[in-house]
Amino acid sequence: MALYVIVAGAGKVGWNLARELIDKGHEVTVLEADRRRYLTVEQELEHAVQYGDATELWVLERAGINRADLVVAVTGDDEDNLLICQVAKEKYRVDRIIARCNNPRNLEHFKLLGIQPAVSATDLILRLIEHEVPSYGLVHLLDLPEERLEIIELVVGDLAPAAGKTIADLDMPDGSLIVAVIRAAGGGFVPKADTVVEAGDEVLIVLDPGLEDAITQQFVTLDAER
Amino acid sequence: MFLLVVGAGRVGSALATRALRAGHTVSVLDEDPLSHERLDMELGEPWESVGGRFTIGTALEMDALREAGVEEADVFVASTNGDNTNLVIAQLAHRRFNVGKVVARILDPRRAAWYAEQGLETICPTAIAIDQLERSVLGDDGPAG
Repeated sequence: MALYVIVAGAGKVGWNLARELIDKGHEVTVLEADRRRYLTVEQELEHAVQYGDATELWVLERAGINRADLVVAVTGDDEDNLLICQVAKEKYRVDRIIARCNNPRNLEHFKLLGIQPAVSATDLILRLIEHEVPSYGLVHLLDLPEERLEIIELVVGDLAPAAGKTIADLDMPDGSLIVAVIRAAGGGFVPKADTVVEAGDEVLIVLDPGLEDAITQQFVTLDAER
Repeated sequence: MFLLVVGAGRVGSALATRALRAGHTVSVLDEDPLSHERLDMELGEPWESVGGRFTIGTALEMDALREAGVEEADVFVASTNGDNTNLVIAQLAHRRFNVGKVVARILDPRRAAWYAEQGLETICPTAIAIDQLERSVLGDDGPAG
């Protein structure tokens, strides 16, 4: 299904995103407030880019926000992205919004004001780094705040309470489930009740938000035991 | 009362100075150290010497807002030079920190009007200027017949 997408900001993210969306057959309007940048991008995107500040209501209206299926705000300015999405969602009742969050510390502001999803490249890279460094312990593989569900990955510590126990004997809180065990020798598998969890295993766990601390206790080597 | 002014340009610094002179507790947050000099100048004596508070920091940083006293503030004024910043921090002050009275200076009349409809108190200097110009140029009765 072809969508009508408004992209606020013709920086590297906005420009590349627009090109990909157009390639996939969607209708796109990019909004760019900087005149020189607009003229550069206009050479390629032609009528698919408009000159104007996307935080101004008339600019959004000129771009046809009333018929937009999706508004993506990817300027370099978090306040702008937040405001553009807030107005799109609450004033113009656009079905779907996606916001870019440049500074991951601002993610909580997006959350507080109901601007979801907010995507932070810095945060994503940070998570990848955490994935490469197991001593960080817990890696968020997937967060579904709307569905109130998370998937996390944990490495079982040498002296962790869970090490050496069977799945059935683990003291897992209600609302959590081990869905896979990844073992250096032998790859990943779905565990049974009598599977023994070994130190060094990676476990994938589905859980309700808020259970992380209780679960982590089972799988990390507690400081007191080091 | 405790007034927190975020953004001490011409408007913010003058308001903060008046409030301090009127005997209120006043804290100012601005990212530019120059705005501290502006406060000294407006007041005619060092800002801190009469109990004024000043914090250097970015309005969107929670730590800066807390350091400036947002959690104790009775009144929060968002008067940075950016409409978008003002709209965001005013909503944070209201929704996250439960400040009793929050006012945002918004230069764009249309957004000022829409956010006012959503329950945010906004002051739009542009709209005020337009009204005054209209009265001055066209008279109180509007355009001459």
